[in-house]
Amino acid sequence: MYKTLILFSSLLLSSCAYQNTRTTTVGTTEGSVASHQLDNGLKILVLENHRTPVVVSQIWYKVGSSYEHDGITGLSHVMEHMMFKGTSNHPAGEFSEIVAANGGKENAFTGKDYTAYFQRIASDRLELCMRLEADRMRNLLMDESEFLKELEVVKEERRLRTEDKPTSLTYERFNTVAYTNNPYRQPIIGWMQDLDSMTIEDIRDWYKKWYAPNNATLVVSGDVDPQEVFRLAEKYYGDYKPSEISQLKPRTEAEQLGTRRISMELPAKVPYLIMGYKVPTLRTTDDEDEVYALEVLSGLLDGGSSARITRDIVRGKQLATSAGAGYDMQARHETLLLLSGTPSEGVSVAKLEQALKQQVKKLQTELASQKELDRVIAQVLASNVYEQDSSFYQAMQVGMLETIGLDWRIKDRYIDKVKAVTPEQIRQVAKKYLVDKHLTVAELVPQPLDDRKQNDAGVVKHAK
Amino acid sequence: MRNNLSSLVRARALLTAALLVVSTLTQATPDVQSWTTAQGTKVLLVENDALPMLDIRVVFDAGSARDGRLSGLALLTNSLLDEGAGGLSAQQLAEEFESVGAEVSLESLRDMAYVGLRTLSDEPYLSRSLATFRKVLTQPDFPKKAFDRQMARFKIAVKSRKQSPSTIASEAFYKALYGDHPYATPVAGTEASLAKIRLEDVRDYYRQYYVAANAVISIVGDVDRAKAEQIIDDLLSGLKTGHAVAALPEVPALQESQTIFIEYPSQQSHIFIGQVGMKRGQQDYFENYVANHPFGGSGFASRLVDVIREQRGLAYSVYSYFSPSRVAGPFIMGMQTKNEQAQQAIDLLNQELRRYVKEGPTDKELKNSVSNITGGFPLGIDSNSKMLGYLAMIGFYDLPVDYLDTFIGNVRAVSRESAHKAFSDLIDPDKMITVVVGQRVAKPD
Repeated sequence: MYKTLILFSSLLLSSCAYQNTRTTTVGTTEGSVASHQLDNGLKILVLENHRTPVVVSQIWYKVGSSYEHDGITGLSHVMEHMMFKGTSNHPAGEFSEIVAANGGKENAFTGKDYTAYFQRIASDRLELCMRLEADRMRNLLMDESEFLKELEVVKEERRLRTEDKPTSLTYERFNTVAYTNNPYRQPIIGWMQDLDSMTIEDIRDWYKKWYAPNNATLVVSGDVDPQEVFRLAEKYYGDYKPSEISQLKPRTEAEQLGTRRISMELPAKVPYLIMGYKVPTLRTTDDEDEVYALEVLSGLLDGGSSARITRDIVRGKQLATSAGAGYDMQARHETLLLLSGTPSEGVSVAKLEQALKQQVKKLQTELASQKELDRVIAQVLASNVYEQDSSFYQAMQVGMLETIGLDWRIKDRYIDKVKAVTPEQIRQVAKKYLVDKHLTVAELVPQPLDDRKQNDAGVVKHAK
Repeated sequence: MRNNLSSLVRARALLTAALLVVSTLTQATPDVQSWTTAQGTKVLLVENDALPMLDIRVVFDAGSARDGRLSGLALLTNSLLDEGAGGLSAQQLAEEFESVGAEVSLESLRDMAYVGLRTLSDEPYLSRSLATFRKVLTQPDFPKKAFDRQMARFKIAVKSRKQSPSTIASEAFYKALYGDHPYATPVAGTEASLAKIRLEDVRDYYRQYYVAANAVISIVGDVDRAKAEQIIDDLLSGLKTGHAVAALPEVPALQESQTIFIEYPSQQSHIFIGQVGMKRGQQDYFENYVANHPFGGSGFASRLVDVIREQRGLAYSVYSYFSPSRVAGPFIMGMQTKNEQAQQAIDLLNQELRRYVKEGPTDKELKNSVSNITGGFPLGIDSNSKMLGYLAMIGFYDLPVDYLDTFIGNVRAVSRESAHKAFSDLIDPDKMITVVVGQRVAKPD
């Protein structure tokens, strides 16, 4: 969960002055990122590095589960699956087949605030990916029989990820209670009941509504020349007309008026606790210093094995076999600072909750030492170097920032902002936000798995 | 992708599981340097000064295959290395590492156990992180308190595994496939085996297996040969020379098919079907690797995904893979589907396997697989962390040091006929272990 802290760290890449052999140069270069926007609104960000002859190409659409409303949950994710089901130029499966035959790897992911598609491939094959990706922005077939099959696949995915996983199911229902009217209460994969009633018309509408050059950001990272990327983008996306993108309703979270609790009674063996306090994000705050203070606060709790939760609760009092904290500062809507854990044998969930609350209290009453803050900063600085080992990760940073409506340049300010956080600011945000009134607690209460049946393993041997 | 709870990633990455660590090279391969120290430790080095960072991984032949009667001992020992060493407590060690931004990784699998360090390569960070790493590697204290606490965690972990149908299925599969062989038992131990492990067993295990003659080191990053030698000599000087361990027993071929059904209150049935597969570096390794690729090893380009997912919508994830190991690791086909469809799925998997064993890949499948594997080679080595994993594998399994240089040639040398022959010689569809965990659904008459 500490990953959220390092996610934004800025890059130390020397800004290579790219060699421009063409007559016209477009876009601008700031730090490690070259950027450009086509007339139709498509944004392009390029992170150039020549460590290996490989390129990552990602396209990010501003749509995800938080763009959905009750009754159509899961639509963005099913849409993502349908993007592999063929266009008027390439029948279902051909996209993947072409990329694979060229030694590439490709996939996609859907989040609350974004849907993204990517390829990793030898850098001389970038144009191929660009052509195929541009094709499915506009020419998707959306055949009904393909859709009906794929819907079954997504239901199996839901069973696999959520229905048969007690902790996932607990987290899903926890969100429905923690949020009142903000769309983060909806599961990304959607409710089974909504999947059951989804139609191909829903998909067609969603595609028409959100899949457009002026609702997308193309991010290319690796062994490329930015001018060449801009030229290819113009070639394959340039003729597309922009669409009219609807304005989302704000759906600002209504204030929580007291602690909320649920218990989840599921067939399971091990209890589990999740707690969440309502907190602002970079998108929702009026005072970004508070957000960075929450970020460092989260690092104090769970920034590595020396941090407070492991030190005091896991290793010290041994109340939990594992426990942690997490905070996602980059989200469109108000979110949660999460605390979670699995209690040790013989320890009640209530006792673990109490221990985590004591940690909160300590943050509210005592000032963190500079030595402790220095450790958080040292890890941020080192992570900033380590993450350059992955072109994919660097592309994700800027793609995500741009897509949730933040400036990608935020990543370049991250380290300085984290360094500037004071012990007093941390205490202040702890007092302001980590309050019982804005707390939600979920407990997984294991129910018998029916041991009799499980031991009755029907073994059939047959010689052939 | 910031955490698993907040975003969904399509199954493709999962389908081509990490066990199939293979690729090749179209460009010049990085120069792999290799030497053996006076104590008999093999070292593999790739210098790369593009970033001011260094990765070191010390691998021991000390995975769960060496557990003996005490299943879980290897993992337990490995997990205790940074829980107290050189007189420093777990907290002090963690603070030492984290105050210089260093990351320690401990891992214990079936064959190998390793201790890894990722650190900045500039001073004073490098010296400080190495000094702490040396303590963890060579002077673990194994405090009683840490042992007790870790044991309690392991026991909870055993319980957690019982609420995961896929883990239940996987454990039953290994048990059925390997019988009395050391690969049969779960890496993290069982309730019964953990109850028998004493602190002294951990100390003995460390003394016997964490020795220089039983180690292979891979090192990648901002370091030159002379400095690398100095770092390694210093690390190893703290280890006893010891002895390399004895060879593992070979795995006998299956004599008969077996079907195991375990009732579990899940919506899906988790299915594993397989048998004994390959060892690393074996004669027809590349033929079998290439053969599996179009069958179930290449995600959306594979037959299994086409038949199970694309044509019928029966599963989100379906795959086949070899898990090549010191001695023969398994060949596995796996998937999950709602309980009502389990039998249909099993029939389809078996039918596809039979057909493939009989007919082999088509010319087009073979051609596409070879171009995917060879063309994708640079992706497999495009970061220090991936290179480190390769070096560890090459060193640990005694593969040739020019493994990366020759990989593309080895893959291209595979023909449709040779792939088919190797696969059909190895895989016998009449002798498969089938494990299903889920709810039995009454068959309609």
